[in-house]
Amino acid sequence: MYVIVVGGGKVGYYLTKELLAAGHEVVLLEKDPRRARQIADEVGSIVLARDGCEGKHLAEAGANRAAIVAAVTGDDEDNLVVCQMAKHHFAVPRTIARVNNPKNEPLFRHLGVDEIISPTRMVLGAVEQDIPVHELLHLAQLEGGELEVLEAQIGADSPAVGRRPADITLPDGCSLFILIRDEVAQPIRPETIFQDGDKVIAITRTECAVDLHRELIGGEPDPELVA
Amino acid sequence: MRSVIVGCGRVGAGFAELLARAGHEVVIIDISTEAFSRLEPDFPGTAIRGDGTDEDVLRRAGVAEAEYFFALTEGDNRNTLAAQLAQETFRVPNVVAKVNDPVRAEAFTALGLSTLCRTTRLIDDLGRYMGLAPLPGAGGVHVAVPHVHDDEPAAATPGREA
Repeated sequence: MYVIVVGGGKVGYYLTKELLAAGHEVVLLEKDPRRARQIADEVGSIVLARDGCEGKHLAEAGANRAAIVAAVTGDDEDNLVVCQMAKHHFAVPRTIARVNNPKNEPLFRHLGVDEIISPTRMVLGAVEQDIPVHELLHLAQLEGGELEVLEAQIGADSPAVGRRPADITLPDGCSLFILIRDEVAQPIRPETIFQDGDKVIAITRTECAVDLHRELIGGEPDPELVA
Repeated sequence: MRSVIVGCGRVGAGFAELLARAGHEVVIIDISTEAFSRLEPDFPGTAIRGDGTDEDVLRRAGVAEAEYFFALTEGDNRNTLAAQLAQETFRVPNVVAKVNDPVRAEAFTALGLSTLCRTTRLIDDLGRYMGLAPLPGAGGVHVAVPHVHDDEPAAATPGREA
């Protein structure tokens, strides 16, 4: 398969090497002549010291017969221009863009870029996986830290699901006072039945937060998150 | 009527002054505060420091309510990204990008983005000064009809000279 890689930074460099190793036909466009020469010393004459954003350089690289153009420079605007030129002027079947600002993803997709690779989004995803979602959120402290306002998100496996407030054993000095369901805040009434997805705002004595966690979320709180 | 300008270089700053003094509500964006020294001290518009290719910065500048959007930085690619954000994401009705590479300018006009190319403009002006025939399609903003991006790509609309 004939692949044109635009951008000879770290990503473009390793991508080119891996593609070559896999037996693909590759041309790398890198506009900085020094960097281009440096890579060419290692991988051979498939490196062109050209700006891949320019139509005539893409033409020179044989964009009209490329199966894939991968724009992996560090600049979103350059990657977009490369893919738009490749797609609309050379009818390249598959264009791949590296996107650094995740907010640019919808625009790139909308403008016809076939594949969007966002390192930022990937790292973000990995980080978020490590943040427990079912924890008590500390909203405010009252009375010099004696009392706390907390938000508890009720999940499907919470012991509170399907129960009324009276069925929940709350520690002394702890009261549930607002329910947020479907983004609407409402008072918690005796007949309220808790369900998956509810958020409950509660006031508790600080030392009772662990009990509240057990009743509303289930299990013990993450020890790292207990202040 | 609000106009947003990205890039406070000589062109951006001068154009911002012109529009603001003609009674437009002007917001000008540049990544460097120093660039704003090109504006007169009594510039009647708003200057915002930020990256004009960042959706959040554009939103803060009120691009969603703008009638006109001009991408006038020194970078062709930055201009096409900023302008396409304005046109496609914020649906600004009148968007112009300065694209100094004539090939790229023509390509983006064909893709539905109105462009202004300083290079062909100057070549044409100098040619006229020498008594040569005007370059076809060299002058002014090349107004494009924005494409409707559906699942089916819209047919290319030829740029028309304004």
